[in-house]
Amino acid sequence: MKNYADILYSYAVTRISDEEQARDLVQETFLAALERVDKFEGRSSEGTWLMAILKNKVIDVYRRNAAGLRKRTETLKAEEEQQDFFDHLDGHWNAAYRPGELGVDQQDPLVQKELGRVLQACLGKLPALWLSVFTMKHVDDDPSEIICRELKLTPSNFWVIIHRAKLNLRACLQKNWLHEYE
Amino acid sequence: MNKLKGIIYNCRQATFLIEKKQLGSLTLREKLELRIHLTGCSVCRVFQRQSILINRLVRGLFHIPPAAGAKLDPTFSNKLQARIDEELKKNKDFL
Repeated sequence: MKNYADILYSYAVTRISDEEQARDLVQETFLAALERVDKFEGRSSEGTWLMAILKNKVIDVYRRNAAGLRKRTETLKAEEEQQDFFDHLDGHWNAAYRPGELGVDQQDPLVQKELGRVLQACLGKLPALWLSVFTMKHVDDDPSEIICRELKLTPSNFWVIIHRAKLNLRACLQKNWLHEYE
Repeated sequence: MNKLKGIIYNCRQATFLIEKKQLGSLTLREKLELRIHLTGCSVCRVFQRQSILINRLVRGLFHIPPAAGAKLDPTFSNKLQARIDEELKKNKDFL
């Protein structure tokens, strides 16, 4: 059990950023695995099997998070903020939101580490549904059809969220980076 | 032609295509439209560069080597181990 617990926990905690909930998921994963141990046929390694169970549990949390009323309000607010990014009529960048150079060498590993830190805070501010879609696609490489099915999204919804999440992250990164380092 | 003109000047649509492109889902037509837009729009070129950087950074943040990853609180670990042992024993009794 110790062989896997920390690995599972690392996975869960980076994805749901709530330590207590992450711990509970790890526990549920082990208990679910025990219940189904007779179905484990050794086709994959134990670690892969446990990870697959955990992953499904994380997706359940995503689904629940996205459904709450508070979360829906949060998404609406983020969408509203974004309306100012572009001109309503012609879709040009509005001057105040135009992407600008960060003024650093993006290849420098130290700079990347600092940027990563700022970005992490920005990820935490994304609406729950956007964060789920974004990490499932960009980090876990899940096929788009599976993400749509699990989170009950249409393909066009999916692309809108992928786009919005990135607009939001990029704007947040630029704002906080320039704020801290100028 | 009108549609093509639309995208050449539309940064909202261009940034949408930039995101789609990185996930490998552009049609031939969209590829062409985006290339034309980026030729004339330095702001969206900055966006594209930063967007690619963000993807790389996010991957880095999530793919932490297990050794450096988060650790479970030992008290919790031990309790969980005890519970698992108990369940295992129950299973054996049952069998």
